[in-house]
Amino acid sequence: MIKDITIGQYIPAETPVHHLDPRVKIIGTFTFITILFLVGNFPSYLYVAAFIAIILGLSRISVKYLLRGLKPLIVIITLTVLLNVFMTPGEPLFKIFNWLVVSKEGIYQAGFMGLRLIFLIAGASLLTLTTSPIALTDGIEKLLNPFKRIGVPAHELAMMMTIALRFIPTLLEETDKIMKAQMARGADFETGNLMARAKAMVPLLVPLFISAFRRADELALAMEARCYRGGDYRTRMKQLKLEGRDYIAFGVLLLFCGLIIVSR
Amino acid sequence: MPIKVESLSHIYMRDTVFEHRAIDKIGFEIGDGDFVGLIGHTGSGKSTLIQHLNGLLKPSEGRILIDGDELHSKSVAMKTIRQKVGLVFQYPEYQLFEETVFKDVAYGPQNLGLPEPEVQRRVEDAIRMVGLDYDSIKDISPFELSGGQKRRVAIAGVLAMEPKVLILDEPTAGLDPKGRDDILKEIKLLHSKRNITILLVSHSMEDIAKLVDRVIVMSKGKIVFYDTPRKIFTEMETLEKIGLGVPQVTQLSRELRSRGLDIGSCINVEEAKNEIMKLLRGSI
Repeated sequence: MIKDITIGQYIPAETPVHHLDPRVKIIGTFTFITILFLVGNFPSYLYVAAFIAIILGLSRISVKYLLRGLKPLIVIITLTVLLNVFMTPGEPLFKIFNWLVVSKEGIYQAGFMGLRLIFLIAGASLLTLTTSPIALTDGIEKLLNPFKRIGVPAHELAMMMTIALRFIPTLLEETDKIMKAQMARGADFETGNLMARAKAMVPLLVPLFISAFRRADELALAMEARCYRGGDYRTRMKQLKLEGRDYIAFGVLLLFCGLIIVSR
Repeated sequence: MPIKVESLSHIYMRDTVFEHRAIDKIGFEIGDGDFVGLIGHTGSGKSTLIQHLNGLLKPSEGRILIDGDELHSKSVAMKTIRQKVGLVFQYPEYQLFEETVFKDVAYGPQNLGLPEPEVQRRVEDAIRMVGLDYDSIKDISPFELSGGQKRRVAIAGVLAMEPKVLILDEPTAGLDPKGRDDILKEIKLLHSKRNITILLVSHSMEDIAKLVDRVIVMSKGKIVFYDTPRKIFTEMETLEKIGLGVPQVTQLSRELRSRGLDIGSCINVEEAKNEIMKLLRGSI
């Protein structure tokens, strides 16, 4: 059940996309998200779809897996679509209960927004699906390095993210275990009204918090025992270095941006 | 209350790159009032198997019959099954959450919707069953207790459901020798006095040999043996191949026999003592 959440999950493989420098992928993703908001009409979405399809094909991630990542966000997507359908003023097509007006512009807008959200999530999940958490934080740290001068604690931030990411699966597993243990004692997380369900969470959350604090404490001790001092003068085993394929990826990205802007 | 498992398989993360067949077409039966051990290397599928027995996991293939009722069929309520089959997880003390020991143990019976006096009686009974002093402990926060005590309270939390079958997943993991012996003794009492069917998952061949009537040995998702400990310990080579061993005394008695001493195969210290005494008397 809980293990089915795929957001932020990494699928290891040996493909050109996986081997790209994480910095390129991070910049690429942010550019992609920004450019997505510049898309002005439906045909331009074809370029976006093609871009995603190329990455999907190269990274050999199955479409099914990507779609599964959309599942938890289905509520937000539906809500956006519905709001757009009903709230956009314009030429009325038909009415429901006399007061809900569906306009032509509304349907257009809803489709537009829905696609934008779906592509946005797909793009972001492609980043995490093809980049290991460690590589991701390494990339972030490197990208933040220039800002160290103005006091951004790049290394500490990256370390915090690594730890947070590292513990997502652990805590999910733990949640699953505690949930099962309480279910074995007759707990019911699935039925009842909102209040009853919220109350049913107490036996799950209390043990979870306790164990999260215990783990944090143990980890801090273990790091301390190995003389961890963040920040300056830390060297790393894997140095990030831009290679040929990274420049090609940049080229493709620029081409994509150009196409979108021209087609506006 | 007999348990019957028929060609049960479980596949994790089906249709993904992480697909993994944790248990593979296994079948066995546990009779009423049996005391069965379940042993296997890490990752052999023990934990997956026991979570099926009270319906926490749904079989990918095959079926499970508890008392003749098929799990996950529409006519069988999950709540009744969870009441009949109590499951104590590994490190159960991590599931404690209430302010007092009493409230925590009462959580299970209250979920069953029992009347207050009955809950009271069951909690008292369960706390006594695990060898704790009810009056002095009931109002203490479970987080103030020692490791061994916490574990007993957690086990009491399951016992308060008054299950007919009790499954324990390594109840002695991480305890000191005394804590371990105490808990095992109480489990033995539960079996002999209350006639509860027990399935004990353990890593320790010594514990298994001392307590259970029959042992299920699992390896790579399959059942390798299901027999009495004495029979199973004669298969030392196979056991070692799947990463398990035999109790030290069994090994000792084998070694002695191979050096020409007339000693029977022993599976626990008591037997070994008798055999050696007999031998010593004979030689005098």
